[in-house]
Amino acid sequence: MPAFSDLANAVVSGVLTGTVYGLMALGLSAIFGVIKLVNFAHGELMTLAMYAAVVASERLSLDPFVTMIGAAALFAALGYALQRGFINRFVRRPEHSQMLLMIALAMIIGNLLLLGFGPDARGVQTSYQLDSFQLGFLLLDKVRVYAAGAAVVATGVLAAFFRLTLTGKAIRACADNPLGARVAGLPLGHLYAVTFGVGAASVAVAGCAMVPLIDVTPGLGPVYTLLAFVIVILGGLGSMVGALLGGVVIGVSEALAGLLIAPSAKSMVSFGLLVLILLVRPRGLMGPVRR
Amino acid sequence: MTAVRRRGRVALIGAVVALAIALPFVANSYILSVVTLALYLAYAGQAWNVMMGFAGQLSLGHSLYVGLGAYASAGLFSHFQIGPWAGVWLAIILCTAAGAFIGALAFRLRISGVQLSLLTIAFAELARIGFDHLDWLGGPGGLFLRVAERNSVDLLGFRGPPAMYYYTILVLVGGALGLCSWLFRRRAGYYWRAIREDEAAAQSLGIDVFRWKLYAVALSSAMTAVAGVFFAFYYNNLFPEQIFSFGRSIEIILGPVVGGVGTLLGPIVGAGAIVVLGDGTTELMNRIGLDIPGGKQVIHGLLLLLVTIYLPEGLWPPLARALGVAPRRL
Amino acid sequence: MGSLTRRTFGAGAAGALAWAALPRTLKAEGGKLKVGVLLPRSGLQALIGQSCQKGADVAPDLLRQRLGVDIELMNADTESNVDTSRSRAERLIQEGAHVLVGAFDSGHTSAIAQVAEQRGVPLVINIAAAPQITEQGYKFVFRNFPPAPEIGRNGLVLLGDIFREAKVAPKSAVFMHVNDTFGQAMAKGVAALLPKLALPFKLLDTIAYDAAAKDLSVEVSKAKATGAELLLLVCRLNDAIVLRREIVKQRWSPMGVVSPGSPGLYEEQFSKGLGKYADFCITNTVWFNPKNEITGVFAAAFKKRFPKDEFAFHGINASYTFDAILTAADAFRRAKTNDHKALAEAIRQTNIPATERVTFGGPIKFNAKGQVEGNGSMVIQNLRGKPTVVLPKQYAEANLVFPMPKVG
Repeated sequence: MPAFSDLANAVVSGVLTGTVYGLMALGLSAIFGVIKLVNFAHGELMTLAMYAAVVASERLSLDPFVTMIGAAALFAALGYALQRGFINRFVRRPEHSQMLLMIALAMIIGNLLLLGFGPDARGVQTSYQLDSFQLGFLLLDKVRVYAAGAAVVATGVLAAFFRLTLTGKAIRACADNPLGARVAGLPLGHLYAVTFGVGAASVAVAGCAMVPLIDVTPGLGPVYTLLAFVIVILGGLGSMVGALLGGVVIGVSEALAGLLIAPSAKSMVSFGLLVLILLVRPRGLMGPVRR
Repeated sequence: MTAVRRRGRVALIGAVVALAIALPFVANSYILSVVTLALYLAYAGQAWNVMMGFAGQLSLGHSLYVGLGAYASAGLFSHFQIGPWAGVWLAIILCTAAGAFIGALAFRLRISGVQLSLLTIAFAELARIGFDHLDWLGGPGGLFLRVAERNSVDLLGFRGPPAMYYYTILVLVGGALGLCSWLFRRRAGYYWRAIREDEAAAQSLGIDVFRWKLYAVALSSAMTAVAGVFFAFYYNNLFPEQIFSFGRSIEIILGPVVGGVGTLLGPIVGAGAIVVLGDGTTELMNRIGLDIPGGKQVIHGLLLLLVTIYLPEGLWPPLARALGVAPRRL
Repeated sequence: MGSLTRRTFGAGAAGALAWAALPRTLKAEGGKLKVGVLLPRSGLQALIGQSCQKGADVAPDLLRQRLGVDIELMNADTESNVDTSRSRAERLIQEGAHVLVGAFDSGHTSAIAQVAEQRGVPLVINIAAAPQITEQGYKFVFRNFPPAPEIGRNGLVLLGDIFREAKVAPKSAVFMHVNDTFGQAMAKGVAALLPKLALPFKLLDTIAYDAAAKDLSVEVSKAKATGAELLLLVCRLNDAIVLRREIVKQRWSPMGVVSPGSPGLYEEQFSKGLGKYADFCITNTVWFNPKNEITGVFAAAFKKRFPKDEFAFHGINASYTFDAILTAADAFRRAKTNDHKALAEAIRQTNIPATERVTFGGPIKFNAKGQVEGNGSMVIQNLRGKPTVVLPKQYAEANLVFPMPKVG
């Protein structure tokens, strides 16, 4: 049985990393929950954001936590344009058609990144990258703390957006009842585009937070897409807190499984949890009860 | 259909069949390997299409069955010297059980749509990681089958020249076509179509929806198992990372989706189109002298995009209509 | 119109494919050797494939000067995919390749080997570590690269050399390995070999981790918790970077971070991404022989053609690929024909002395199974941001630094 300090460190580390995963999943939850779009290119968007942070770090010497803000704005705009100009036409197509569309997009983005950046892993260098805070027996990785902090702040901003602004409320209305929303005169096309923009922006923030921890390669997309889907299902569709919670659960359980069982089977945990949740509580930890 | 049209259609089918049979004698080794690959994808796609077309369930983890089938037969051959003709039965039993398990789980608990798809992905990933830890099946280092003399035909051990593999997969594709076509006309086919049209109505008519959906899933996984056995003995090496990968699952669905989901000939047309376009693009780029690694996949993705946007039914239905044939749906 | 575009494109692609299918008229090739080079230049293994390709690109000119043979490279991308590997191999043979070289990945190489054997075209493997490839009884497949168990054994033996040179040895070690072919093979090898090799340390724990894992903090904390003095590591590039960072973050300073033969620690991105923290990490691995004259010539040609690339980082990949083509060229020179069977026979008779090859080892001589024996490993330490040969002493480019100074 590992020492308590090791357990504690593992759990804390899992919580911190899980928060960033949660933010990434949050973007997907919004896109999936509102537009009902199976965004198989979600991981590629994150990869794109990570590369943006790398470029900003190399060319403009910007810290990724600074790039984050610009990236969020940029991706919000790009996401809006993508949804409005292109994906909106697919919203009523059958599910497999949507998936194929997003898979095709994912292939294109991933391979363009390979062409543009080459296969080398690229990362950012920050001065504090290898520092840690020491709190008693807890050794907290500085970057993870900052990343988690950014994720929490971003989630707060998103929560405020969805709960307090008119647009946010309108979007939630679309998610609950698209027909009713249309009857009420809500501009669905515009609102869907805003949602995708918001989703893309969260993924951008998550990417910038992740890149000081993990170097980016062009093939990173599918891993994150899968992870995001698992977290969304786990946490419950349409729940922001659920997405964060799901992320944390995944982060912590992987850490604990690594410590207590076998690190090489760590990834089985997330899939095992997915199966478990689908069997026991398909609406997820915090998802709405299905009608 | 007019008599002329009918004769024309028979002639066309006859020509295709004749070409298919004669291919190893007229085409070179490269073309043969490409066509074999296309047929393999077509067959796997047909198997997947059964689940989608008959049960309406989108499986994104079909690589699970390919892998299970491959490892089952390869394991028997490697450790017990049991040939693939016997091994394929274990593969089928294993995969049918797996498919039935997953199907029962999903249908009993009313999991459908994306959540079902994710469930299928999850099981494939669990298999991947699981087999990575199974040392007596090679683990991550891979299971290598002993390769015997390639120039003699050893049907029992399923070893031989590429032409042998080609004919085998050709027979499989034809068999799958025949099977689906036959089922289509039977009671099973009607039940499946009714379920696909309106599940509630079908249930109220007394059709045991749960049971019939399960049959479709089980059939699909059983057929895919055979694809796995073929794969194992054609390539002679298996790695969990590759055979259970998400990428392979996507590869399986690309054919039917591009060709036309739920249609009889869609998966074959689709697989053919993808392989031709893929290899054709590489050839074109080589001719022009463009050496851009990864460029082919970008073009591949673009083509997929175009097909999805402009041909939502897939390639086969409009092609069929142009040929004056009604595209048969499962 | 939509239908026009669809049909014409499809026809164009089908046309290209049909054109490729037409039998090529055989020109009188005379004194030219067409070498089909199969490498993963896209997909997951693109990084290494492109590195290998650089070694191949330099080969024709160099070999014309040194051996007087005329080589034409036919490059094909296996796309890190076994299906593509097979069809590309068929295509190259159909286009007239006299000999094939490739393909880095054991699975792809195995598929290509089957094609080569079936068509009777010699395949000279540049890099592939699975031992089974040369256990199949092939007559046309040749490999000048040690199988994984041999690399592992050599790597472990060299540990003893490191401790003797440094005059200090750790009393305990922990072994972390990525859960892939080499990692698992090494894990078994270490357990079996440690008692036989009389290495001075006690192995406290073996920790396997998933190659795809992005977060390795738990694994590192487990390793640190053992209190081991030495970290033995079998890794790949990306996880090596994550691990090294974690080690620093968790304030662990082992006596050494040593790999008995895996990639990762000596690679460019490791040094670039970790800066000073990359230094002093050690890998015992196959390498190029820095004291051979031909290596100097090869390195110079490489630097000239790829001025932006540091040769040391591409050392293994480029050198082994070059040596494979060198083997083919040498056989061609002796056989005086590019007929497949004669070439294969000539390759079987290869005997290139240890001083005439770029990579480190004994003579290039194939045994009955088509495998070269005696390919040794060297101790490579990252010094001043560059992987440097430190042992064996007679080939060293710099002095060994052990134990690792505390970086902070």
